[in-house]
Parts: sequence; C-alpha cells; structure tokens
Amino acid sequence: MNIHEFQAREIFRKHGVPVPPGEVATSPEEAESIAAQLGTGVVVKAQVHAGGRGKAGGVKLAATPAEAREAAAKILGMQIKGLTVTKVLVSPAEEIEHEAYVGAIVDRANGTVVLMASPEGGIDIEEVAAKTPELIFRETVDPRYGLLPHQASRLAYKLYAGDSARARQAADVITKLYASMIDAGASLLEINPLITTKSGELKAIDAKMNIDDNELARRPAIAELRDVEAEAAEEVKARAQGLTYIKLDGDVGCCVNGAGLAMATMDLVKYYGGEPANFLDIGGSSSPEKVVTALEIITSDPAVKSILFNIFGGITRCDDVANGIVEATKGIELQVPITIRLTGTNERAAVEILEAAGFSAMTDMDEAVQKAVELAKNQT
Amino acid sequence: MAIFADSSTRVVVQGITGRDGSFHTRQMMEYGTQVVAGVTPGKGGQMFDDAVPIFDSVEGAVREEGANASVIYVPAAFAAGAICEAADSGVGLIVCISEGIPVLDMLRATRYVADRGARLIGPNCPGMISPGKAKLGIIPGQIVEEGPVGVISRSGTLTYEVVWALTRAGMGQSSCIGIGGDPVIGTNFIDCLDAFEQDSQTEAIVLIGEIGGTDEQNAARHIKQNISKPVVGFVAGQTAPPGRRMGHAGAIISGSSGTAEEKIATFKENGVEVAARPVDMPDIVGRALHG
Repeated sequence: MNIHEFQAREIFRKHGVPVPPGEVATSPEEAESIAAQLGTGVVVKAQVHAGGRGKAGGVKLAATPAEAREAAAKILGMQIKGLTVTKVLVSPAEEIEHEAYVGAIVDRANGTVVLMASPEGGIDIEEVAAKTPELIFRETVDPRYGLLPHQASRLAYKLYAGDSARARQAADVITKLYASMIDAGASLLEINPLITTKSGELKAIDAKMNIDDNELARRPAIAELRDVEAEAAEEVKARAQGLTYIKLDGDVGCCVNGAGLAMATMDLVKYYGGEPANFLDIGGSSSPEKVVTALEIITSDPAVKSILFNIFGGITRCDDVANGIVEATKGIELQVPITIRLTGTNERAAVEILEAAGFSAMTDMDEAVQKAVELAKNQT
Repeated sequence: MAIFADSSTRVVVQGITGRDGSFHTRQMMEYGTQVVAGVTPGKGGQMFDDAVPIFDSVEGAVREEGANASVIYVPAAFAAGAICEAADSGVGLIVCISEGIPVLDMLRATRYVADRGARLIGPNCPGMISPGKAKLGIIPGQIVEEGPVGVISRSGTLTYEVVWALTRAGMGQSSCIGIGGDPVIGTNFIDCLDAFEQDSQTEAIVLIGEIGGTDEQNAARHIKQNISKPVVGFVAGQTAPPGRRMGHAGAIISGSSGTAEEKIATFKENGVEVAARPVDMPDIVGRALHG
C-alpha cells in the first residue's frame, strides 16, 4: 500500500526524524490560509501515488499566501500518470545548502533490509546510481540483530566525510528511519532529499513509504492511512472482494485465476494482435460472488468490446466459476461477447452449467484468446 | 530419482485440521504421499480421518513418526512461526503454501531456516510434486506424468498450464517446484537448477519466470556457467504496465528494471531458449530432449 508524503512525514516525526512543519489542503483557499499561518514562503506539493510528480508540474514554490492559492489551484485536479490530485501539502520553502539521498528497502536478492545513502541526492538519483555507483553507499541489516549502531555511523560518515557534527546527526536520522520502517511494516522508504540547511541542520523534506500489504491486518492504525480517493474506484471495489484489478488501455477484458496465468493471458492477447483492457486475478478459491464482482468491474469499462475468461482449475473449481458467470449475467445484460475457457477441476460440471444457460465453453487457451481478440475487432 | 522429495519422504502437515489443510492432505494421501503426522496445537492425541495421528507440535511428529518434511497450511499470522518451528524440530524440507506473510517476518524466518540447515520452499506457492512418488502441496496430481523434464516456476496456475501442455505432448516430469511469488522466499531458481543438474532422471529443465526482481537474470547467468542440461525459459508479463513506481530504491538496489524484456534478453544472451507462448514449450523441450 502506498501512503502519501504527509502521512509518511507523520510517521517519521513520531520517531524523531527532523521533518519541517506543514499541512494538507484540499482547496486553494485552504492552501492560502496554511501559507499565511506558516508566515514564510512555501512549497505546494501534489499528494499522489505516482513518482515523477515534480517533472509533471506537481510541485510549485510560492512566495506569498496568494501565490500559494494560485499554485494549489493549478495542482489540485491535475492528472499525474492517470491519477487525479485531490490533496496538496503546504510546507515552508527551505534554503538548501546540500541534498543527500537516504533510502531503505527489502532486498529480495539477499533477503535482508538494505540501507542506502548518497551525498548526491535529488531527482537524478537513479542516474547517479547508474553512472557513479561508487557514490551510493550501503549497509546490509542482519535480520537477527537489526541495524547496529556502528552501521548507522559508518553510513553517516561516508555521507558527510570530514564533518562530524553533520555525520552524528545523520547517524541519528538513519537509526530513526530504520525504526520507522520496522514500526510501520514498510517494505520501502526514502528521503530524497535529506537536506542540509544554511544553518547546518539536517531535514527530511520529502518522504516516501511503501507499506507491505501483508502487514495491514496486524497494524490497524497504518491500514487506516489508505486513501481510497487517491486510487482508481474499480481497483478499490475489486480489493474489497479479494480480487486484484488493474485497468489498462485495450479492449479485451480479461478474467483469470492466478497472477502468472493472468499475465500470460494478457501477453497472448497481444501476441494475437489484440490489446488487454485489464489485469484481473480472481485468486485461488473463487466463489461465485467473486466472479459476479469481476464481471461487474469488467463490464463497467466502456472500452471493453470482448470478454475473455481463462480458468485453470486447481484449487479453483471450474463449476464455481461457471455458476458465477451464470449468476452475474442474470442481473446484467451483456453488451459484448464473452469467450470462456476452462479446464481442470470439475471442468465437465462447469461445461454443463454453462451450456444449460446458453453459453459455450472452450478448453484450449490459445483458441480462446484468438477468438476473444477477433470478437473485439468485429465490434469496432 | 527426483529432487527434494520422493516416495520415501515422510510428511507432517502443519494445520492439518483447517479447511485448506484437511482438503489438501486428503489429496496428497490419495496421490500416494506418505503423510505420517499432522500438527494442530490443542488437538494432539486425536486422529485425522482415522489414519493420521495429530500432535501439538512438530517435535512430537518428528520424534514419534519420523517425519522429515513438513507442508504448511496455517493462516498467514502464524505461518512464519510454523516455518521456524519446523526448522527447529529437525525437519529437512519445509513447504509453505500459506500466503500473506509479512515480508519482514520472512526475513527472519528464511535466516532461521538457513541457520538450521533446512530447505524452505515458498511461501505463497503451490508446493512441489515428484510425479508418481510424492506431492507436497496443491499441484493437481492429474496434470502431471512421470518423466525427464524438471519444472521450476514462480507462479501457480501458469505452472499447471505449462505442465499440462508437456504431459499432453507425452513429456513427463521428474519434479515440478513452485518456488512462490513473494519478494522473499526460501528456495530460488538457482537452488532448483543445481538440484536438477545433479538428478539422474532429469534431462531438460523448464524455468517459468515473471516480471519483478532479478532472479531470472541471475538464473540465466548461472545456467551459462554451471548447468549442462538444456533449459527452456518463459517469462510472463510482457504486456504488464510499467506502473506508477514510487521511489528509486528498487532500481538502485538491483540496477535493473525487472521487465519481461530485460529478463528475456538476459536468457537469450546466456544461451537459454525462450518460448513465446506456453503452448510452444513442448516443441522446444522436445527438440532439446531428442536433439
């Protein structure tokens, strides 16, 4: 789960990481009054679950409250990578002497948390990593012992060599960041940049945090940070039913069990000259209700011209899926053709259920995908 | 032969009385797997289906019944603990089917297992099957056939699709291993490749990957250096959207985009043939087997 910058900042603040003040506005007027209260020049930043917001124009400086209002008016409602901005963070503009990068991530290759820092922070950090990897410093955290003091110190002195005052501050920040990560159940966090102000203070002026979805059940306070307004409505609806849905730009609506098979099915749609309208994984044990929700979501996308079901029954029973299709289509009149492929557990019962309701079913994946792609083309 | 498990493997099922655990225990036994014990704390002393003794802890199952492998079907909140318990009880092979385990818990559990010299498969995986010998997990028994092809995969149903295509084409399997799709897992592609390389039954290897991470790229380089048997790859997710990636840490740590294109290119650079579609797999594997 992604959380917003202002939410990540609150978590950092709770753990003692130096974070500047600031508040969230949902209207230009609110942004103006926050800027007036702060009494300084401000930066107005889009709160959106997408990277590259600075380059997209979602971050603006404002010298006066009136300018903050104007900046917020421009940013609110803006689309960044398909997501509408509904909130901005208004925070004091800082005088920046230096920008560093500090991040922590679960490194899947080694099965450890790795802390990373670079004295060359800022928006081009990935370029720094690619061109001058020697400027990215790392510490691997042994999960048996957690982050040890010498590791935080070693990283901090590499970041600010020859400047003990700053290095000691940085070691403290790094230790508190790691604590934030473990406390929030994050799989990634980042401060980019960690700035040094003119007066020599370190401040985290940006904050990113990714929460492991599997942590939410045992961290209700973190789970409440989810901002459904910042997510696509269909994705929210799918998640409530235990489905995973991602909208794409094509016209062949796909409903598949299992993420790997769902991706392979989309690839096959493309292989046969079509474009998938979505990724939709109905998961392992698929009750008829899940299938009903899946069909509702797919048919609510006006771009869909043909629907494709691809089910390989293992834990998933084909007859459950068949019952779901029949159930769902009782309520809604399908405006587009549907192609159903199923094989595996209870396949025969499924075919009988479908045929009794006037559907036909196939068992070969390639034939079904080809047919669904053709049907989508014939609809145009 | 086969890898990791065969007809001599003595299985304890953790979570044997649960909904999924009981269903799949019956399926495993029907397949011929030696399920010698079950564990559900509080139900020690009872019997499962009048055939399998239940214990309060894995330790009892190992001591009384000589269990040497565990299959875990417990809810996510208890799964990392169940993995550690199995490792601590001297079980050599641990297959964790449960999904939804927090990744920070898995960092500790994988280390704990490694420190005790055990092998973990999963979590969040379909488990493994050595056709004709033993099934530890949920891979449907009717789609496999005993034969010379070793299969390794990160996904579940996509594995079934490929295995079923192989079986229909008359190419059976030595073992099929679903290593799981979570960021932190026990056994990886390279562990399985090495085991298949040593296995006398295996003549060709199928590796099914997907987008994300660098496991496929590492496997590709490993194959060129260390694996003499033919390997055929497949990578799912060529049409997956680039996404609204947050942060740079992922790209910095791996130096990789994790896209299907990059993985396919790395396979090809290292001499691994890649199937464009699952249905193409049998032909390519057939050529690899018969020259």
